[in-house]
Amino acid sequence: MIDLGIVFSSVLNGLTTGAVYALIALGLTLIYGVLHIINFAHGASLMLALYAVYVLKQHWGIDPYLALPLVVPGMFALGYALQRLIINRASHGKDENILLVTLGLSIVMENAALLFFKSDTRTIDTAYTLTTIAIGPAMIALPKLVAFAGALLVSGALLLIVGKTDLGRAIRAVAREKQGAKLMGINVDHVYAMSFGIGLSCLGAAACFLLPAYYVNPQVGSGFVLVAFTVVVLGGMGSFGGALVGGLLVGVVESLGGLFLGESLGQIGIFVIFIGVLLFRPQGLFGAKV
Amino acid sequence: MSISQNSRRQFITQTAATASALAFPLIAGAQPKTVKVGVLHPVTGALAYSGQQCREGALMAIEDINKAGGIKSLGGAKIEALLGDAQSSPQAGSAEIEKMNEAGVCAVVGAFASAICLATTQAAAKYNLPHIVDVGVADQIVERGLKNTFRFGPGYRKCAEVAVANLHVLNTAAGKPAKTVMIIHEESLFGTGTANLLARELPGYGYEVKEIIKHANPTRDFNNIVLRMKAINPDIVIPANYYNEYALLVRTMQQQKVTPKAIFSVLGGAASSYKFVKEFPDAANGIIDCNHWFNPKDKRSLELKKRAEAKGLFFSYELFMTYTSMRLLADAIDHAKSTDRAAIIDALNKSTFSDHIMPYGPTKFVNGQNQGAQPLMTQVYKNDIKVIIPRDYREIDPLFPLKA
Repeated sequence: MIDLGIVFSSVLNGLTTGAVYALIALGLTLIYGVLHIINFAHGASLMLALYAVYVLKQHWGIDPYLALPLVVPGMFALGYALQRLIINRASHGKDENILLVTLGLSIVMENAALLFFKSDTRTIDTAYTLTTIAIGPAMIALPKLVAFAGALLVSGALLLIVGKTDLGRAIRAVAREKQGAKLMGINVDHVYAMSFGIGLSCLGAAACFLLPAYYVNPQVGSGFVLVAFTVVVLGGMGSFGGALVGGLLVGVVESLGGLFLGESLGQIGIFVIFIGVLLFRPQGLFGAKV
Repeated sequence: MSISQNSRRQFITQTAATASALAFPLIAGAQPKTVKVGVLHPVTGALAYSGQQCREGALMAIEDINKAGGIKSLGGAKIEALLGDAQSSPQAGSAEIEKMNEAGVCAVVGAFASAICLATTQAAAKYNLPHIVDVGVADQIVERGLKNTFRFGPGYRKCAEVAVANLHVLNTAAGKPAKTVMIIHEESLFGTGTANLLARELPGYGYEVKEIIKHANPTRDFNNIVLRMKAINPDIVIPANYYNEYALLVRTMQQQKVTPKAIFSVLGGAASSYKFVKEFPDAANGIIDCNHWFNPKDKRSLELKKRAEAKGLFFSYELFMTYTSMRLLADAIDHAKSTDRAAIIDALNKSTFSDHIMPYGPTKFVNGQNQGAQPLMTQVYKNDIKVIIPRDYREIDPLFPLKA
């Protein structure tokens, strides 16, 4: 009944959404997959980044894409400070404490946003919000294509950082053997905070790519955080390639699910795949051990 | 917890601000006592835009009533608004009713969305607190036998019947080019109820309802729904949803180059909205809507429109519906000669209020529903909204079907 052109459009739409999921999941996989910090504040941090992009656009007229050089370092600084000053100090190195601290942080962030921005859903309007580009039979909104390309670029950069730089080596060393890394002279607290900062700067980038085609309200992060955890587990804990492919896969499955099963049931496919992976391939699709 | 604290603080500051604003011009001389009225709308959350428009309408009405000498039978008592925020949720709406009751309001005007009105009217009924429903189109609101509930405008059954009958008139006049229909509605009471009514009415006139699609509030991606629309290729698309989603749906249709023979809305959130027409003129052009609309032949409606625009507001249905509802209440309090709740309810039951800009004639409530209330059919034409049906109010001839 549904012709291939429409399925193709839906797949493209899913890929573009999935790229943003991937970007959010990359930040999470670094924090959660590598450092084993379960960051419940990941969604709330994304929400803060979205508000930052919103405020920059509404009050200073800064285009969301031009806001990248401001929001990404800003989120990095926030992440570094959060880990160094709050999470690390309050958790005393215990995982269950980290859980509570990040959960608490997310509650504080969401309510601060409620206080300052109210619960209104806000959007920005840019000249290119409605611009579409034809790819074969499909029409794709320009901001979604930009988000797709941007997410791929940021993922590439992240892979380079983790794979090729001293910081990346330090992160991997800390992830594998904290004590050993310390003995080798690596400043473990600094590496944790750097990783957390990099994780949140991914969210900053995601926010800049997301807002032209999306919206922000204080609860906006919760929808993403569940998907992001799914993507991380699906792709394999700590696997960057896995997060990227997992994000794209989830985007496509969600989009096709929405097309064939209706909007309300659209997400069912994601969780079917998720349960399947947990049952038959618990290490995740890409199961790379760090 | 902090949500409710926040809104309580907000409620108090807003109330205080309004109270002082209203009291200020009356410094000198003996002050007649004030009449406290609850003005309850979803001014934050998903329905914030509509809720704020409603509130503006209520405040404009109060300003007019007070300027014209207040409630005459109470010695010129001024109306004092107690503002409430339903935060786009029925629970928050009910909680605000409790606060308003505590604060001693004599009546409430609100609360825009059907699902919220359903909760607030019931909460108000416990205290025999008169509640005028300004928009809330779900017919259940006035069909539960609540003695305190009065709705000035038409319900969705009336709107769906008028819409389908008129669609048939238009289609027949054009040589019956349209045969298939797709309905897209929001998931709460208003959208679901309207869609069900339409799905029941349309086959009787020989239309095939190809598909009914439900979506959440907020929905920010309509690509899948529009792709389905592309696959089904219906002659007529009927949206029944609130402003944000309506606007996004029509914009996505434009992006995906889907052009049905008509976009025929029933209570469409943006279809007869000056805001939408101004922001997205190309997407809006030609859209037909069956919705609350003022009498375009009444000079006062155009004056009110100008005043709203001078305040930087769009003259949307939310604004003039709540404006008129507030005037209806003031008229009832005047006739009741008292702020006693039972006396106001009695006055509303006997109301013949006709000094208004709506195409309803004199008010006559039967079981809380204004019998003369009716929607008008409008069409977006040359960046303006014009009445096409019924003939008594017609400004332009309808354009149906649209040229692709």
